[in-house]
Amino acid sequence: MRRRDFLTAAATAGAAGAPALLGGCATTGGGDSGPMDFLSLAWQKESIAVNKALVAEWNRRHPKARVRYVQGAWESVHDQLLTSFEGGEAPDIIHDEANDLTDFAHGGYLADLRPLLPEDLKQQISQANWDTATIEGGVYGVPFLHDPRVLIADRRLLEKSGVRIPTAERPWSWGEFEDVAKELTHGRGRDRRYGVAWSMKEPVNQSVNLAMSTGGAVFHREHGKNVVRFDDADSRVFELIHRQVNEDRTAARSTLGMAGSDTLPGFFAGRYAIVPLNFSFRQQVQQQAPDDFEWVTLPMPAGRGTKGGGQLQGVSPQTLSVSQDTSRKEAAMAFIAFLTRPGHMARLAKGDWLVPTGREALRDPALDTGKYGWSTGLRIASDLRASPVLGVRGYPEWKDKVATPALQEYYAGGIGLRALRDKLVVDGNRILARYQR
Amino acid sequence: MRSGAARAGQYLALLCYLVFLAFPLLWLLSTAFKSPQELGSVDASWLPRHPSLDSFTAAFGQQPLARSALNSVIVASCAAAVSVAIAVPAAYAMARYRSVVGKAATGWILVSQMFPFVLVIIPLFLVLKSFHLIDSLTGLVLVYVVWNLPFALWMLQGYVRAVPASLEEAAAIDGCGRLRTLRSVVLPLLTPGLVATVMFSFVTAWNEFFFALVLLKSPEKQTMSVILTHFIGAEGAADLGPLAAAALMATLPSLLFFALLQRRLVSGVMSGAVKG
Repeated sequence: MRRRDFLTAAATAGAAGAPALLGGCATTGGGDSGPMDFLSLAWQKESIAVNKALVAEWNRRHPKARVRYVQGAWESVHDQLLTSFEGGEAPDIIHDEANDLTDFAHGGYLADLRPLLPEDLKQQISQANWDTATIEGGVYGVPFLHDPRVLIADRRLLEKSGVRIPTAERPWSWGEFEDVAKELTHGRGRDRRYGVAWSMKEPVNQSVNLAMSTGGAVFHREHGKNVVRFDDADSRVFELIHRQVNEDRTAARSTLGMAGSDTLPGFFAGRYAIVPLNFSFRQQVQQQAPDDFEWVTLPMPAGRGTKGGGQLQGVSPQTLSVSQDTSRKEAAMAFIAFLTRPGHMARLAKGDWLVPTGREALRDPALDTGKYGWSTGLRIASDLRASPVLGVRGYPEWKDKVATPALQEYYAGGIGLRALRDKLVVDGNRILARYQR
Repeated sequence: MRSGAARAGQYLALLCYLVFLAFPLLWLLSTAFKSPQELGSVDASWLPRHPSLDSFTAAFGQQPLARSALNSVIVASCAAAVSVAIAVPAAYAMARYRSVVGKAATGWILVSQMFPFVLVIIPLFLVLKSFHLIDSLTGLVLVYVVWNLPFALWMLQGYVRAVPASLEEAAAIDGCGRLRTLRSVVLPLLTPGLVATVMFSFVTAWNEFFFALVLLKSPEKQTMSVILTHFIGAEGAADLGPLAAAALMATLPSLLFFALLQRRLVSGVMSGAVKG
């Protein structure tokens, strides 16, 4: 009976006391007099530390334009931002990915930075990089970090096989890459070692971005509108991956459903000789690889006879934007300019294991080292271009509803190239048309 | 003999089910204590070969885990307490006074459970904003109470119906008023139902992510479910060790809460309550 009384009393007291207990937790609201909110998506320990240190330094120097560090997450940033934009409570300064800016820029949620950008920041970043955040003539973010695709390879297996080890100046051609994968593939059944492991859980971005190396784009501008095309130049890399998995059997089928991190244990165990991954994955490789494991970062293969020596690669950089609703746009821009000073940009890049976009940051001695493949990333930076998907309204819907299932089916050998083309083009253009009426 | 074999089969099936249920928790436990090198090993082992607390150190160093755990405890406890406090009299009224309003309310409860979060989040955000309850734990508790209430009502209604009306009639004959009957007769018999409802409300609020994500922006107010996503990077890259350590920390209070209350769920408290 006592215990029952206790439960009843606890429930009643909890109900009565809740508002009083929580009353002190209610926000007073920052308003224009409070600090500006900086929503950061930094997530690795070193990167968070650098971001927080830079915010603290800014606040020391600018007590009248203080900034509050707010931690966001990559997985949920779109929904979080959309709700806060609609509710008029958006952060003043926003860290996001160029890919995500299209809809927000069209919705009028982000400030056009052109009148705010300081001249030295404009000069620091190349036009190819500014293009990644330019939407219908307006600049909606400062691109500051890239995460290009690279090949991470087992050095011993490469050297043992006797194949030429490529450099950023002289990468493998796609044909050579296929030959190398054959050379590195050995054994049968469960003991088979594959030349390459394509992690294709999210196949669309990487496939479309790599299509640039063969002169393709998948998304093209025709008569002022975006259309999906899947001609020979667009489909060459797609076909190569399909061939490696289904005909040559030099790429592991089991990794098609994996995310990048999932392929690493097999890579360390010698099951795959090469893993195409984003540049930032080097941090996980360095952290998780066994002590005696030797790895090397190589550039992606290049297409033959195409623009940029066939080394162009589409990217969607990380960006810093200013909310349209903030009344302190100049101060927010000044903070962004502070964060992207060459030395600071290099520190942020190092913390996140990414490639900086700034010309001076790319020359920073702390990054320009062969250790952990940093120099490979720095050398390929000039070949990075705006991903063809940037600025395309309806791309997320095309990606989720059409391209992801179609590509997964194609790479697994379930459908052929013609069926893939029909799905990507016919269904895709129907979706894009809805957004461009 | 046959019944012995059948019973052994039942125990075996139960054991398999328990192993199945416990698998994620055991795996989490094992992962949280592994070193980064072990996490990258293709030969996954149940027991960490070189148990290490590095993942816990990293998780606590990287994110304000302790503060977020406290926030989660406050929000989930208050949401559970308020939901149940409101649900008890309402459920009693719905169970005992059957009317058109009661039927309509029951229908509404069922319909309300079908609304997806994304449908209500923006209007809800605007309403809370007008009351200055954005970025406030109070606002989040209110949301959880409203969200939990229909199901809490639904659950409690069933428990109230299971209490024999004859007991209340006997209390009335003895001179008890409505409130006294509810407090002294019905509530004690509802204990298992109350505990189950409190547990449901607590766990729902503890696990909830989307409302907490969009309604709280100050780092010092975020709850554990939100903090966990900070260990995941772009393209699905994850800081697996610290993520597992943080997830384990997020699981423990909930488990503890269950352990404390589960005895109250034991049925049969009403046996012998009515003679005859």
